[in-house]
Amino acid sequence: MGVLQRLLPIGVHCKGVAALLAGAVAAFSGAACSGAGEPDRITVLAAASLTEPFTMLADEVSDDGDVALSFGASSALVEQLRAGARADVLATADTRTMALAVDAGLITGDPIVFARNSLVLAVPAGNPGGVSGLADLARDELRVALCEPQVPCGAAAERMLATAGIDARPDTLEADARDTAGKLALGEVDAALIYRTDVTSAMAIVDVPPEAEVVTEYLVAIVDGASNHRGAEEFIAAVTGATGRRLLAEAGFDTP
Amino acid sequence: MTRHSAEARVPVLFVVPAALGLAILLLPLAGLLARAPWNRLGEILGSDGVLTALRLSLLTATLATAICVVCGIPLAWLLARGSFPGRSLLRGLVTVPLVLPPVIGGIALLVAFGRGGTVGRWLESATGTTLPFTTAAVVIAQSFVAMPFLVIAVEGALRGADRRYEDVAATLGASPWTIFRRVTLPTVAPGVLSGAVLCWARALGEFGATITFAGSFPGITRTLPLEAYSAIGAGDAETAIVLSLLMIAVAVAVLALLRDRWMVRG
Amino acid sequence: MSLLAKVAVRRGDFELDVTLDVSAGSVISLLGPNGAGKSTLLAVLAGLLRPDAALIELDGETVIDTVTGTYVSARHRRVGLVLQDYLLFPHLSALENSAFGLRSRGVPRGTSRSVAASWLARLGVAEVADRRPRELSGGQAQRVALARALAVEPRLLLLDEPLAALDVGTRPAVRADLRRHLAEYDGCAIVVTHDPLEALVLGDRLVVLEHGRVVQEGTPEQVTRHPLTDYVARLVGLNLLRGSADGRVATVGPAAVVTLAHDAAGPVHIAFSPAAVTLSPHRPEGSARNAWAGTVADMERHGDLVRVTVDGPVPVLADITPLAVADLDLAPGVAVWASVKATEITVYPA
Repeated sequence: MGVLQRLLPIGVHCKGVAALLAGAVAAFSGAACSGAGEPDRITVLAAASLTEPFTMLADEVSDDGDVALSFGASSALVEQLRAGARADVLATADTRTMALAVDAGLITGDPIVFARNSLVLAVPAGNPGGVSGLADLARDELRVALCEPQVPCGAAAERMLATAGIDARPDTLEADARDTAGKLALGEVDAALIYRTDVTSAMAIVDVPPEAEVVTEYLVAIVDGASNHRGAEEFIAAVTGATGRRLLAEAGFDTP
Repeated sequence: MTRHSAEARVPVLFVVPAALGLAILLLPLAGLLARAPWNRLGEILGSDGVLTALRLSLLTATLATAICVVCGIPLAWLLARGSFPGRSLLRGLVTVPLVLPPVIGGIALLVAFGRGGTVGRWLESATGTTLPFTTAAVVIAQSFVAMPFLVIAVEGALRGADRRYEDVAATLGASPWTIFRRVTLPTVAPGVLSGAVLCWARALGEFGATITFAGSFPGITRTLPLEAYSAIGAGDAETAIVLSLLMIAVAVAVLALLRDRWMVRG
Repeated sequence: MSLLAKVAVRRGDFELDVTLDVSAGSVISLLGPNGAGKSTLLAVLAGLLRPDAALIELDGETVIDTVTGTYVSARHRRVGLVLQDYLLFPHLSALENSAFGLRSRGVPRGTSRSVAASWLARLGVAEVADRRPRELSGGQAQRVALARALAVEPRLLLLDEPLAALDVGTRPAVRADLRRHLAEYDGCAIVVTHDPLEALVLGDRLVVLEHGRVVQEGTPEQVTRHPLTDYVARLVGLNLLRGSADGRVATVGPAAVVTLAHDAAGPVHIAFSPAAVTLSPHRPEGSARNAWAGTVADMERHGDLVRVTVDGPVPVLADITPLAVADLDLAPGVAVWASVKATEITVYPA
């Protein structure tokens, strides 16, 4: 999945339709992907880390009704909406991004917290860099990967490091949570601050002081102007319901 | 019979497909121009991130082109003139970066030159340095994807060169190196130049292999395309658009400066 | 600076097998139809083509010996080459072109240029020194190419159709100039040409190549007087018949005999000029003993005269005046009688 994320900044699961870049072309992609014209179809924009749980949820929940899923960095998704993309549901990886969407008048109703993800300090299995704590991130000779400060996982990383009082020396600032995890998976970095949900069996987690722990809240809301309001509500109900909670937990999220 | 005028008798059938082709090429550009934040142009272009990325892009693309020229010309010569077993296979291999998705190219580079890679491991134990996350890695990634352009252009030019000039030079007492330097190279110079320009443009626009192999860090590995990607990821579409226009402008400027007649023979 | 060359080259169906012996300072005109192997021979001599079997000694030095494996590359052979389209390096001026050989051998720039300049002056093209090849006329380019070849003082000078690229009007003057320069050059020179006049003017000796073999060689006089093959005969503009002589009569075909002015015996060549042939509508009477019936096959202008090709048991070329053509009402297909006086015939052993 990580590799695909690089080919396009947003991985798309439109049934049978490939989507285009965000930004200026967002308007066009909205049109290409619009299930929003038909009554039973809904379009869901969700943060990249939700790819597996939401895809499985969509399969289980919709009988023949179409659930068009579009994944990407939360801020990119908000940008799409701002540019006029049609969607019914928005799920972001942090409160801040959802707040941006609310402030821009893109949301109706109140967003609901449906999952929590924590940021962890991860190392490749075997810990080649000998990382024992956050302080090691300041070591020059260590290869460290972080997310871009402007994306949710990057903002979370900044908070964690600030609380712990560490001046990290990252070697790369990836634009996507999965890209960061990818660098770790490839073994090219000795440590990275990634979401717990992106940790694989080829990695190990190093503890951080409890006061520095960062938990990001995932919020879901109905998009203003959604053409399938009822479908959107049903989807959100599924997310917060038993099926959704089970799938999210399996993926590593905490559910409230 | 001399041709008196440059009257082009255009087959009517060509007009519609040509217009369509032009539309495919120009509509995205028009879209960018329409959505560009003209009032913030100066602010964005002058921002640290953009300037740094621009400087880095120009530096790495030029270095990569230099490497491609120095290594590519001899390679092209071997492909055009050499006679050794496996020459056609070699030519095929040289064009692989053209068909490889750049990200796959980046992964391949990691496998070879990454910390755990075949060459990378040796490099680390011998010199203590690793390649990923360095500017050198950017140059390597760009060279990897851009080299075929130069090799193919120069090989074509060498094949088309009249070898009798080189024969005459030999009878006059010139060594093979002198022949290459004073007779062959000036003849294929237009081919070298157009290959180098294509090479430079490809290197400038390289994204997938760079971000996979070299990572993305401002000032070190974040070239213009990576800066644009980062902007999109951060939700800053305006910066992304401005950067796109910037890259197009740079490419157009370079191509306009290198005039037609320098790149086409005769 | 002499040349002794025995060369054999096999290329598909084509076989070249030639022995050349050129004494110091002489000019050989190498003649032959297209495909005879002239350019192949030059390429071998210049070092641009590896022969299958060869022994070449240039000025006493063995340059190629396929038996011992000796092979001196083109670079070290000191053989000058002037090709039909001159091949002056397009990005260098005439002066830089001429200085190229010296510069390639490490002669400093200043010296190379002054030597080159003196050669250009000697060949009468000093004024074009700074011009690019595309700005030169055919004659000027030819002289610059010659200067370029001579500047390195080669032991052997090879010229491949040196005048072919010039237009007919400038040829005579350039030809005369070239003759003069070749006379001043003290190495051996081989001029390849298909133009008989050029061959005769430029060469001290003629060598005729056909199908990869030398079919005739000798002084211009010898070759033009006594052509040994049809090609040579046509080249020098003679009628050539082959026959068997017995006293004053030679049989050249089933029902064709030629009366000779002197006795001869055995296989002979019989040559006479087309101008010596008379055409008439009926069997001629008079002192001409040789008369053969035939049909007009072709007619074409030949200077002021008309050259008529007559087919028959004794095929001949006849040069007659346009007036005569009209008088005789000649046209292809018309039957004529051709006659020649025995005294106009040259006979020599085949």
